[in-house]
Amino acid sequence: MSVTTEAEQHSLKTGDSTASPFKEAEGSGLVAPGHWASLLGEVRGMGAQELLRRFESARRIIQEQGVTYNVYGDAQGMERPWELDPLPMLLSAAEWEGIERGLIQRATLLNRILADCYGPQKLLRTGALPPALLFAQADFLRAVHGIEPASGVFLNLYAADIARSPEGRWWVLSDRTQIPTGAGYTLANRLVTARVLPEAFRGSRVQRLAGFFGQFRATLAGTCLRPGAGGEPRVVVLTPGPYNETYFEQAYLARYLGYSLVEGQDLTVHNRRVYLKTLSGLEPVDVILRRVDDAFCDPLELRNDSILGVPGLTEALRAGNVSVANALGAGIVQSPALRPFLPGLCREVLGEELRMPSLATWWCGQESAQREVLGKMEGLDIYPAFGGGVPKPGRPSEIREALAFAPHRWVAQERMRFSVAPCWEKEGFVEKPVVLRVFLLGTPEGYVVMPGALTRAGVGSGASGISMQDGSTSKDTWVLSEQPVEEVTLLQRADSRMELRRVGNNLPSRLADNFFWLGRYTERLDAAARTLRAALLRFSPETGGSELEQLRPLLRTLEAQDQIPAGSSAEDRSVEALEGDFMEALYSQMPARAGSLRNLAARVVRLAMLVRDRTSNDLWRALSQLEESVSHEMSSWSAGEAIGVLNRVLLLSASFKGIVRENMTRAQGWRFLDMGQRMERALSLCTFLRETLVSAESGHPSLLESVLEMADSTLTYRSRYNLLPNLMAVYDLVLLDDTNPRSLLFQLEQLEKHLARLPRRSAGSGGRMSPEQRVLMQMLSATRLLDAHELGVHHACLERSETAKLLQLVLTGLPQLSEILAVTFFEHSHISRTHA
Amino acid sequence: MEYQLIHKTVYHYSEPVTVSQHAARLEPLQDMRQSAKGFKLRIEPAPDVVTTRTDYFGNRTTVFGIRELHKELVVESSSRVTVSGVTPPVPVLSPVWKDVAALFRDPVSPQNTGPYEFCLDSPLVRLAPVFAQWARESFGANTPLLAGVVDLMGRLYREFEFDPVATDVATPLEEVWEERRGVCQDFAHVALACLRSLGLPARYVSGYLRTVPPPGQERMQGADASHAWFAVFCPANGWVDFDPTNNVMPCDGHITVAVGRDYSDVSPLCGILTGGGEHTVSVAVDVIPLG
Repeated sequence: MSVTTEAEQHSLKTGDSTASPFKEAEGSGLVAPGHWASLLGEVRGMGAQELLRRFESARRIIQEQGVTYNVYGDAQGMERPWELDPLPMLLSAAEWEGIERGLIQRATLLNRILADCYGPQKLLRTGALPPALLFAQADFLRAVHGIEPASGVFLNLYAADIARSPEGRWWVLSDRTQIPTGAGYTLANRLVTARVLPEAFRGSRVQRLAGFFGQFRATLAGTCLRPGAGGEPRVVVLTPGPYNETYFEQAYLARYLGYSLVEGQDLTVHNRRVYLKTLSGLEPVDVILRRVDDAFCDPLELRNDSILGVPGLTEALRAGNVSVANALGAGIVQSPALRPFLPGLCREVLGEELRMPSLATWWCGQESAQREVLGKMEGLDIYPAFGGGVPKPGRPSEIREALAFAPHRWVAQERMRFSVAPCWEKEGFVEKPVVLRVFLLGTPEGYVVMPGALTRAGVGSGASGISMQDGSTSKDTWVLSEQPVEEVTLLQRADSRMELRRVGNNLPSRLADNFFWLGRYTERLDAAARTLRAALLRFSPETGGSELEQLRPLLRTLEAQDQIPAGSSAEDRSVEALEGDFMEALYSQMPARAGSLRNLAARVVRLAMLVRDRTSNDLWRALSQLEESVSHEMSSWSAGEAIGVLNRVLLLSASFKGIVRENMTRAQGWRFLDMGQRMERALSLCTFLRETLVSAESGHPSLLESVLEMADSTLTYRSRYNLLPNLMAVYDLVLLDDTNPRSLLFQLEQLEKHLARLPRRSAGSGGRMSPEQRVLMQMLSATRLLDAHELGVHHACLERSETAKLLQLVLTGLPQLSEILAVTFFEHSHISRTHA
Repeated sequence: MEYQLIHKTVYHYSEPVTVSQHAARLEPLQDMRQSAKGFKLRIEPAPDVVTTRTDYFGNRTTVFGIRELHKELVVESSSRVTVSGVTPPVPVLSPVWKDVAALFRDPVSPQNTGPYEFCLDSPLVRLAPVFAQWARESFGANTPLLAGVVDLMGRLYREFEFDPVATDVATPLEEVWEERRGVCQDFAHVALACLRSLGLPARYVSGYLRTVPPPGQERMQGADASHAWFAVFCPANGWVDFDPTNNVMPCDGHITVAVGRDYSDVSPLCGILTGGGEHTVSVAVDVIPLG
């Protein structure tokens, strides 16, 4: 038997690519041009300035409501500008109905093709689908073959890019089935546009989006096969993380829908079930809305090199214990190579004619198509049929060569001139080509369309030009209704009944880890700035003799903190060399100077970014300013200027701590942040004290002054003693005084309180101390038991000094405590791979 | 020929592993030429759940997870396998290679879609004109398919050096090709790249090899390891095996465990761990002929 699979093209009419574009605002006979006219009139009447003012304020509101994606850019160069044209795209109800019908049919068809490819593969046997279209795709995941979602829906969310040709017809340019992005942006665009043009919005009977998202939430919850004991399924959004280009949208959507935003390492599979790792243990997850490409979702059975996935996820899917949207493997039907076969597939699978044509596409794997493509190469865009990062051939000779060796890897697509719609630019209207991304949701009763779209304007014509280019913007899309529209919103009204959300112990352990280290690094930065400032205040080109001896413990501490190179504290270090060292301590970006303020600040900002959606904007602002203040290097060394920089760092550090103290909820995130700070503060203090103790000048008032400075206790000391610093009194204040918030004892007592409130992991430990409490208790009792009078006794031999013994105990005990916390609570760390 | 088969893998970790997930393809394939009895998988520490299924390519696959703190993992599979000694087909009697390749150009007839899946790019083997060019020296205009493959295998055997330290599982094919050295896995991948670049279906085979002891000497226990070779689809014969590392067409000395597009489809044992630090692995395979 031989089957010839026919590709079919709906080609544009000859000359269409040069025809003048369809003008949206002049109407197609379906959108009354009156709608556009009144909209444009209203905007003109408002005036450019007023429009701009409203636009800016609306934008700010969205950013604050959302997760303020833009500020990532400050440190990372990842700014995602809010490319929004305040002028919406308009479509009439009648015209929208046609689009709806066409896309519902297409989504239904693609879903059926997926079900067949991952099931019986009948379409390969009947010849309706050339086998290469399945087998040559890296996105065809053989590991999930045979796994059928209980709802029968593989394609939960589908998006299509559509555009209008000069003759006024809508064409599908591309299909999005892997991760259909943009629904969140569409929502955000709507919220801004409706604020900028409230009168027009109310007056135009614009169909609302909220109903679609309500349905989205209900449908996703419905895919849960075995809801947990609570009845309410737990849905999470799986994100590749904050460095992903659409992270803002993911966080925004997750927040709007009330889902937790998690990374792969937050999840674990146990007994073929997916769990979220939280501080209090594992919590079952029922539904995963993925924003990670499917091949990366399970390093055990899919791409082994993935660091974004959940090992064992495929097995949990097989067991029917979790559902994933879109289904793993759904990416195959977005291949452009499928398009020429859709008319035939539609007849075969649905028994209908395809309603909305795809822009003519040739899959070169067929000889006739290849010949046609080679014949009219000029007017076509040639690109990879199956993605996979294959470079596009440029010159005709390269194209011929590529087509000759592996023709099935390539498709060619016709170019089309898109319709144009009015856009706002600077102070007037200009017409720009537009492409609409329309979203569909797969429910058990069939597909429903979001009554709106993400319109992109100013895009290049042709398939390769669909992605946002320089100068392109997005637009809200208003689908006008014949009838009055019902007000729906998912944002809770102040007086409405709320679902109360559980807070407290279910903080993902990855976030607890990040908070802990954010605490440690902010405090390390603080201590580093203090040490450096104390050193600079005591350093001058004329420094010598005993003064140098008093400076040395500070220098040794700077060495211990990797702020200056080892050996800087040596007696023969020249003044010029030391000045160079200080410059490095501030600005160095070398890995060897891990303790430089610039390196520490960069570290702090990175950690803060990882907990970005759990912290306030103010906190973030303080930290990014802090980083900025150590990023502008001095042209030449000036101690005065350096001290100015350090003062600013310490001020911003203090404001960070103030915000944490006054504004952060006393939940687990705060607790880990504070533990990190306490631990680091105690460590820095003890490190410095150890360096002063070994100094022959340990009792010298100037050195004791620096101890007070380091512990920020100068004022307290003066108010109490009104004397030159005395060894015993100073040490008592910074070590044993439990009323001094900078003393060692104070830090240990705070840690004790925190540890008592941590969730207990092992059952049946009732009453007994946890390992972390045991370690802390040793340090705490040694501190409490130390006789204050011992502090004043100077020992020539350090081993006999009680103070030195205490410092040593803390300097080994705290790192141990940190390690125990990591093992107990941050278990996601260090994923590795093995092969045999 | 009947064999007692034991394959033992031991991992030692420098740090304790808190959670681990593994996938194993260790159970010998059952087909017309080969049957296996009493397959057992011993895993220490004991996993909390073990599931076994037949995968897309027909291989038995076991997935298991361990949630007990451990620094050593032992996976030992054992079974009795019978391999019937089929005489390999006579290469010169096979159809001309071009006629076979023509079967796998669009439109591919439905009865050929099975083998067609092995004509295309796979995760570790990407087709390229250089492979086709090199392979063409073995395939003249009228060369019978299997005769061409025998010739190609011989050239691989002579021109590539067997070198157990030159490559590891992560070495890309391009590097093997440049360096002209590698292990059985690399030899198989190069052959696949060559044949597929000519448009011929070729698949990867993992399994074990009975090492023939030199006359008068005891067979060395545990000296064998898991092995890999490739197979070509020939319309008259079905899949025909070739072992380029030893330059032989297997008869009854090769035991097949799994087949796939390349190593990534049939990796005998892989794992994703939390913790573990550095690891070392030791593998021992015994293929003991019975009777």
